Amino acid sequence: MTDLPPAMPPVRVYRHRLPTRLWHWLNALTLLVLLMSGLMIFNAHPRLYWGQYGANHDRAWLEIGSTRDAGYLRVGSWKVDTTGVLGRWTDGEGATQRWAFPGWATIPTRYSLADGRRWHLSFAWLLAIALTLYMLWTAFGGHLAKDLHVRRGEWAPRHIWRDIKDHARLRFPTGEAAARYNILQKLSYIGVIFVVLPLMIFTGLAMSPGFNATAPWLIDLFSGRQSARSIHFIAAWALVAFFLVHIAMVLLAGPVNEVRSMITGWFRLPPAKGERA
Amino acid sequence: MSGIVLPRRQLIARAGGLVAAAGALPLLSGCDAINEAPAVRKILSMGEEMHRASQRALTDRDALAREFTRADLSPVFRPNGTRLPEGEAYATHAARGFADWRVAVTGLLARPLSLSMADIRAMPQRSQITRHDCVEGWSAIGEWTGVQLSRVLAAAGLKDSARYIVFRCADRIGDADYYESCDLVDALHPQTILAWALNRQLLPIANGAPLRLRIERQLGYKHAKYLTGLEAVASLDGIGAGKGGYWEDRVDYEWYAGI
Repeated sequence: MTDLPPAMPPVRVYRHRLPTRLWHWLNALTLLVLLMSGLMIFNAHPRLYWGQYGANHDRAWLEIGSTRDAGYLRVGSWKVDTTGVLGRWTDGEGATQRWAFPGWATIPTRYSLADGRRWHLSFAWLLAIALTLYMLWTAFGGHLAKDLHVRRGEWAPRHIWRDIKDHARLRFPTGEAAARYNILQKLSYIGVIFVVLPLMIFTGLAMSPGFNATAPWLIDLFSGRQSARSIHFIAAWALVAFFLVHIAMVLLAGPVNEVRSMITGWFRLPPAKGERA
Repeated sequence: MSGIVLPRRQLIARAGGLVAAAGALPLLSGCDAINEAPAVRKILSMGEEMHRASQRALTDRDALAREFTRADLSPVFRPNGTRLPEGEAYATHAARGFADWRVAVTGLLARPLSLSMADIRAMPQRSQITRHDCVEGWSAIGEWTGVQLSRVLAAAGLKDSARYIVFRCADRIGDADYYESCDLVDALHPQTILAWALNRQLLPIANGAPLRLRIERQLGYKHAKYLTGLEAVASLDGIGAGKGGYWEDRVDYEWYAGI
């Protein structure tokens, strides 16, 4: 047996403060419940429109439906067969169902608009309250200035392009650089916290007939209730896309270290090239 | 626990060979068990109360729902729920053009009334072009004409002990009559009307002829159709299952449908 050189103790940095960790895991739960109960609500009327009104006699820009023996998704004039997943699928008992989204994707499993709304409208409170607190902490607690603030050099197209190339080649930062968010991370986190999540909340509120009387300007901002509903749906899938990329990045960058850092706060810096034995 | 953790082979058999569904089955039954738990349902219903309280706190009592112009009308106003009440009695009324239809105004009132359609049309009228939002997600814009509920209640002399107005309907769904209710904030709201016309035509049967409620700051199922009576009450206990409406009693739709 040859003697191995003594391993350098890994450098640990305190990367995520408690509010970030709490908010992260609360959001993981909240957004999952909101997505799945939201798909149940969508099942009650699986058609989307632009403008103030929209019902069965009006032209839907997106529709999930079924023919006699097939399910389909239609977007504009583009139509794709989705039998087995959307519009026509088989439930756990082997029965054919014609709801838009399948039981494994909705809360509850079996069709209940009332229960879907119960979950959705109560978890919406959790999302809104936690997001408000987290935005305040981000803005005034140093998170924005310390972690998310995009420095002047980072805005350079050359810098952004290099980061995109690094991501595409799955070349992740090591050493000191891994302790900081890179430009694409900063932009996606800022986008989620300050753009997409508020957009979800405001388009959701714009669908409330009570809140329309409270703040008529909100529905004008989205040019109508059915437009707000469409934007709500699109933004939900933007969050799903963020989630998928987020999970892929965690898996590629070292899932144990990444998940541990979101639980304990402590992150082990991957050794820089020269330090690797 | 044994009901949830099943041997995998059994699961696959149960799912009719759908492996994906089989793998998800224990998890799904777990989720549905959570959904059915009374304590969970109680916690979730706090969300509704928070929405009601916050909207009431933020909104002026008389803040209006958006009114549109005739250029904004839906080409077709979609009816929903009952489209034709069952039974001889309603058919006979419809055949006679609802000439003998009466709306009983009862309960905690100084002067209970029985109004004919002619009585209702003889009162001052309000027209409004508003958006109807179904709980399912669709919307339709229509022009409604009728008498403000506040005028009817004023004529009947609402007593101080009254807290809610219950709306009785001629349509049955399954084994029960449809009904709805609202508090006095919405009952006395200027846009809350008993409507007998849609788009300047007599209300079609599918949309609730001869008379329906418009309660513009709430979802469609609150807009009771085929009205036969209004009742001023102090409490919703003992009416139906006590939750204030047909769908509220049956599937737990929110009584406050402003969201």
